This record gives sequence, structure tokens and C-alpha cells, in this order.
Amino acid sequence: MIQVQDLVKKYGDFTAVNDISFTVEAGEIFAFLGPNGAGKTTTIKMLTTLLTPTGGKIELDGLDPTVHKNEARRKFGIVFQDPSLDNEQTAYENMALHAVLYKVPRKVRGERIEQLLKLFELWERRDDIVKTFSGGMKRRLEIARGFLHTPKILFLDEPTLGLDPQTRNQLWTHVKHLNETQKTTVFLTTHYMDEADRVAHRIAVIDHGGIVAQGTPQELKQQTNSESLEQAFLSLTGSSIRDEGATSADQMRQVAKMWGRR
Amino acid sequence: MSAIYILWLRELKRYVRSKAQIVASLGQPLLYLLVLGFGLGPVFQKAGNGSYLQFVAPGVISMTILFSVIFSGIAMLWDRQFGFLKETLVAPVPRIEVMIGRTLGGATVAVIQGTLILVVCLIAGFRPVQLSMLPLAFVFMALIAIVFAALGTAFGSILQDMQGFQLIMNFMVLPIFFLSGALFPLINLPRPLAIITRLDPLTYGVDALRGVLINASHFGLALDVSLLCAIAVAFLSLGGYLFSKIQL
Repeated sequence: MIQVQDLVKKYGDFTAVNDISFTVEAGEIFAFLGPNGAGKTTTIKMLTTLLTPTGGKIELDGLDPTVHKNEARRKFGIVFQDPSLDNEQTAYENMALHAVLYKVPRKVRGERIEQLLKLFELWERRDDIVKTFSGGMKRRLEIARGFLHTPKILFLDEPTLGLDPQTRNQLWTHVKHLNETQKTTVFLTTHYMDEADRVAHRIAVIDHGGIVAQGTPQELKQQTNSESLEQAFLSLTGSSIRDEGATSADQMRQVAKMWGRR
Repeated sequence: MSAIYILWLRELKRYVRSKAQIVASLGQPLLYLLVLGFGLGPVFQKAGNGSYLQFVAPGVISMTILFSVIFSGIAMLWDRQFGFLKETLVAPVPRIEVMIGRTLGGATVAVIQGTLILVVCLIAGFRPVQLSMLPLAFVFMALIAIVFAALGTAFGSILQDMQGFQLIMNFMVLPIFFLSGALFPLINLPRPLAIITRLDPLTYGVDALRGVLINASHFGLALDVSLLCAIAVAFLSLGGYLFSKIQL
């Protein structure tokens, strides 16, 4: 379903993603793990047409997203690390807007929106403006939205960041359920190793822009003689802490807080 | 087409829902209109140029539109860094449609703002010379809005952070306003100033509005219209190009 070969992304002298290759089978839940700044988000951005790769080949369901952008975009849904909802619109309006952008047939629009909002327990709040929602509700709405156009692939970039265990648990239950019933391929990143261990069929560990290990959670643990995935992860990537420079998004988040925009 | 419509509608909904913002954004034009309009009125009158309120009202309406569209272009910065822009950029919709929807949305909001200021002008004592020309005034307001909304989109596409915003305000938007002849007549200007005002797109917008509202066009409506249309096409192309090049 996803094929990546020798993918490279360079920013000037800095190589963010260095010659990575992997394959994700249809119907698989694939976890992409790595420390901060390892190149996870950059990879997702290249897979989802937001960034142009410096080199290498990508195929999503047989399509090259750098060439057939719009066709490829219809194949996947994505939940970003940063929320991408329109805070000034209601939950229902966010869903309706997405349905129009993805050309979900008018006949099934209302029905699907209702079904998904009910599944993610947001139906009662459908007419409330999104900015009044808690972090967990926003996440649920984003994931519901990601499923609206029945994508073949769902990208989840740290979807559980900052959520409490209850919400995280519920979220993965939904994702697993949709993976099992709709055969959606899921490509996820997370910093919570227990989550990856629980939901992922296969895992790739990326560090300094390169893939250092690939396999099922079991295989990774065996390879490294570890009892938990967290131990396996640490022995693969070392225990030194990675400091990322603050990006302009971080700075703006500060300003946004000051002005109470969010 | 439906994508353009839904994104246009989004801009409108956001506007209608932010009551505080509507009121706040009318504050500055009101100051210009009332303080300058009545403050400079006596001097202007003595110089033999008639009523300053009559003269400045079309300028203040243009200013309202200019600021409104530039702000909505720059609001893209927020959408871009942590928000909604990504949702539209990964959608299977040509970027040009996304850009047109946003730009027209911002332009529509600006025309509504301009209309509100026009109403305030009427209350303050402004009198259009010919009421039959009023519909034409809306055409020109829309034209001004589109020209600068496209420019705002272009700015929004290249800006990365809030520092850039200050730069654009102080070195682009405020000069565009002050050099447009919104506040002073274009006759008998010192030569350098006369040249600069002629390079400012807003000059022709203000001039056209003066033409239809108080029958005092400096360049003539035909020239104003053709120049504004040409600039609109140029800025829309520029905005569309820069928007299509956005990488996140």
C-alpha cells in the first residue's frame, strides 16, 4: 500500500531524511518510531504531498504523490501533530467542509458525518464551536474527519500527544476497530512505546534520518534482548536526549497563548 | 467550484461570528474620518478645496478595505503554522481553487467592512453627489478588495513568522495607504511625491471611488478601471503562484 525507496530530504547541508526504504502492506498498522528530530514528521509530510522529496521514490496505492498529487491525496486521510481544525466553526461544519473538499457524494454526506460523530462520541456537541472543545475532543474530531472520505491509508502523526490515558485508550480502540472493519492501512508515529506495542503490526525505528531497525514488536524485542519495546527502542537509539531548536511554530504558539487565540 | 464556495463561506462565517473583531476593526477608520475629517476641515475649507469630510470619506473607505484584506491574507500565518491551512493543502483540490476561495472570502468581508464605514460616513454628514452612482461605488470597492486581497495572499504565502508581519505593515501597507492620496489631493504635489503616488495601486482605487462618490476623479474613471483590472490580474497570478509553492 505504501512503498518508499531511497527517500531523501535535505535542507541545505542538513539531511533530515537520509535514504530510507520501507514497505507497508494493505490493512497493516505500521508504527514509525524515533526520538525528536529523527525525521518522522518530515517523512509523513513527504508522503502526504506537503513537502517535495530531494530524492527517492514514493508510491501510495500505486500512485506517485509527487506527480499525481490530487489523485494521491484522495487515497489518504491524515491527522497532524498540530491540530488542523477550523476553531471558529462547529464540529459539524468542520466535517461538512471536509466532505466538500474530498467530494464525498452529497447523498451519503449527512449519514456518514452522523455515523462518525456518533462513533467518536461527539454527536451531542456537533453544533458547538470547536474552540470550546477539550484537547481530547478535538483529537477525536480530527480522527473522525480523517475517516470521512473512507481513505485507504490513514496517517496519524503523534495523535495522542498530550491526551490522558482514557482518551488515548479510546482513540486506539477506534483506530483498531476501523482498521479491522474497513481494512484501512494505518501509518502512525508516537512517543508512547506501549501504544505502538499494543496496536502496531509492524514497526520501523528511525534515528538521525535513517531507519535503524524494522520488524514486528516481538522481533524488535528479540533482536535487542529486551523485555519491553521501550527498552528495545532505547537500546536501538541510545539514551542521549535530543534537543530540537524552537521552530517558528513554537514561537507563534507562545504568542497565540498570550493573545488567547487558542 | 464547490471547494471555492465552501472556503469563501468559511471566511464569511468567521467574520460574522467575531463580533468583537468587527467593532475593533472599525475603530481606526473612524478615527481618521472623524478626527481628520472635522479637525482638518476648517484649514481645507480656507484653502478653497471645499469640505474635507467629503474629500476624505472615499479615502477612509478605501483604507478600511485595504487593511481588512491584508489582515485576512496575513491571518493565513495562523492557519499555516498550526491550523487549518494544512487541511486544505492536503485535500484533493487544486491549490488555485483554495487560493481563490480564501481570497474572494477575504475580499467579500472587506467590502462589507467598507460598506459599514460608508454608512458611518453618511451619518457623519458625507453626501454622495449622485445617488445613482452608488452601485458603481460598490463595484470599485470590490475591485480594490480583490487587488489587495490577492496581494495579502501573496504576503501570507511567503511570511514565516510574526516579525515579517511588522515589516509588511510598516514598509508595505502603511505606505500604500499614505501614498495613495486617500488623505490629500493629488494636485500640485512635489514631483517625487507625485511620481510615487502614481506607482501606488491604491491611488487609482481611491481616485475611482472619488469619481463616483463626489465626482472628483483626478485620472478619469476609464484609466482607473483599466489599471485596477490589470493590477488585479497581476496580483492574482502572483498570489496564486506563491500559494501553489507553499511547503510546510
